[in-house]
Amino acid sequence: MRTRTIGSGTTLQFTNLSKSFGTVRAVSDLSFTVEPGRVTGFLGPNGAGKTTTLRMLLGLVNPTSGVATIGGRRYSELEKPLATVGTALEASDFHPGRSARNHLRVYAAAAGIAPARVDEVLGIVGLAEYADRRVGGYSLGMRQRLGLAFALLGDPDVLVLDEPTNGLDPEGIRWMRGFLQSLAAEGRTVLVSSHLLAEVQQTVDWVVIISRGRSVYEGSLDGLETGQVVRIDSSDRAALTNALSSAGAQVRPTDDALLATGITAGEAGAAALAAGVPLSLLITESVGLEEVFLQLVGSDADGTAAGTTEGIARVSA
Amino acid sequence: MIGALRSEFRKLTTVRLWWVLSLTLFGYVGFTAGLLAGVFGSLGDQLASSPNAPQLPPDALPPLIYSTVTAVGYVIPLILGALSVTSEFRYQTLTPTFLASPRRGIVLGAKVTVLAVAGAVFGIVGLVASMGIGGSILAVSGIDPQLGSADTWLLAGRVVIASALWAVIGVGVGSLITNQVASIVVVLAFAQFVEPILRLGASIWDWTAAVGKFLPGAASDALVGSSIFTSLGTGTTSVQSLEWWQGGLVLLGLGVVLALAGFLTSWRKDVT
Ligand SMILES: Nc1ncnc2c1ncn2[C@@H]1O[C@H](COP(=O)(O)OP(=O)(O)OP(=O)(O)O)[C@@H](O)[C@H]1O
Ligand SMILES: [Mg+2]
Repeated sequence: MRTRTIGSGTTLQFTNLSKSFGTVRAVSDLSFTVEPGRVTGFLGPNGAGKTTTLRMLLGLVNPTSGVATIGGRRYSELEKPLATVGTALEASDFHPGRSARNHLRVYAAAAGIAPARVDEVLGIVGLAEYADRRVGGYSLGMRQRLGLAFALLGDPDVLVLDEPTNGLDPEGIRWMRGFLQSLAAEGRTVLVSSHLLAEVQQTVDWVVIISRGRSVYEGSLDGLETGQVVRIDSSDRAALTNALSSAGAQVRPTDDALLATGITAGEAGAAALAAGVPLSLLITESVGLEEVFLQLVGSDADGTAAGTTEGIARVSA
Repeated sequence: MIGALRSEFRKLTTVRLWWVLSLTLFGYVGFTAGLLAGVFGSLGDQLASSPNAPQLPPDALPPLIYSTVTAVGYVIPLILGALSVTSEFRYQTLTPTFLASPRRGIVLGAKVTVLAVAGAVFGIVGLVASMGIGGSILAVSGIDPQLGSADTWLLAGRVVIASALWAVIGVGVGSLITNQVASIVVVLAFAQFVEPILRLGASIWDWTAAVGKFLPGAASDALVGSSIFTSLGTGTTSVQSLEWWQGGLVLLGLGVVLALAGFLTSWRKDVT
């Protein structure tokens, strides 16, 4: 693999992208930028519109409105598409009767890539041994690796991977993380989608979070780890809620306690004492990443979008 | 374009379908041609003495038998062409295909070109069967297989062209009916039932025959210049036939129209 200088990389630009499939609004007015030299996580729950967004970037799906560019150009305008953007979308884009080597050769031929590169990428992803087996007999993890081999064929500046760790074993996941980071360290642009924050948490430097086709957060992971909550409870929850609210806190009930934000534990205790409410619990907690993520994408226990968190309220306003 | 051509060529030769269909064609045509040569070769005298039987001078036999490649075998290059498209939809290989060649029209053009060549090769495979097996049996029956005649080799050339055009039509059919099973069912139903019935029906009156000669199978037989269907019909019904080059143009036009229609519909759709 070539080494390259950081700074000469390729930026991905998504501008006001929208896509409707009939009445289904898959992506709504989505804008964000993906910078070279780092791994960007593209997060959202199932059906959030990740795959659709990536397919619009790659010219496979026509946006209803808006545009997505690679270094300022649309995918269809790229002179050497595979040498510019490497893509692994789903673990199912294979003819089951073709061997992995032939699968890659078919597309290497189309892109004018030397057959020797096929053997090289098969080696990189650890499939050399199985290269002449028909893909129909591959395990999910092996297909995922073959998808990555396809992405690497043109030694591209940009890698776009849709849930690349699906079906990989723990060792494979660890290898993938290190691999993506080394690619980014070479100055490449790496965009990785996932529906699990935990899965990319150790890998990504930057995240874009979408929910129901809309952007709800774009920034560093550190920026996500916001604030603290007070976990507080009493046998008289109604009275406690009143007391905390009048002290300026936002209160949210959970199964085993109330969660109060915008207030410190000391202030919460004082407010309860002043209102004469006996407390059974008072703890300060830092909000975990996963919880912030879930709040942002608005998935409540009942599965409907909450629509009340600040982020969602802001973008849908 | 060169890359796209190479890619389509590799797609065709790296799965078994190509070999399976070649063997099927060889077996099907070889069997039919052998059977016809055997029946007409040994029964020729009896047929000639019976006034109600189809009249076939021995000279008409070799072209009739050699042309079984397209007369009965055209469905095989047609299916090859259709499958070359439907399998891309079925296995979602359009995704990597369009990633490697984002200009979809070029991909379709390359596919049409490669399938035309593949269809021509199928024509040759079929001719090896019909001329090899059918011709040998004729020779054994004491009938001149006419392998030295220029007309025979002209017919062989036109068989190759017809077979190439059928594969192109297949690409068009597959582009319009992208569901693999539906596509094959439609092809088989049309080739085995609909078209033969229409051709038979069309031969009842002169004005229907004038329309019927434009049916793709009839056009194909006209292009090749001989067919078991037209030969057996002679004298009993009002079969009409196009000139050979007109037949070729009908097939070519059909292929182009179908491929264009496919391009404007399924090929431009979102790939999800
Ligand atoms: N071809 C299509 N026709 C109709 N609706 C579609 C189509 N493709 C996607 N959708 C819809 O668009 C929405 C977004 O789907 P998309 O596949 O982009 O989500 P995703 O974020 O990739 O989800 P996952 O994590 O499950 O992969 C969903 O509601 C989905 O049902
Ligand atoms: Mg997806």
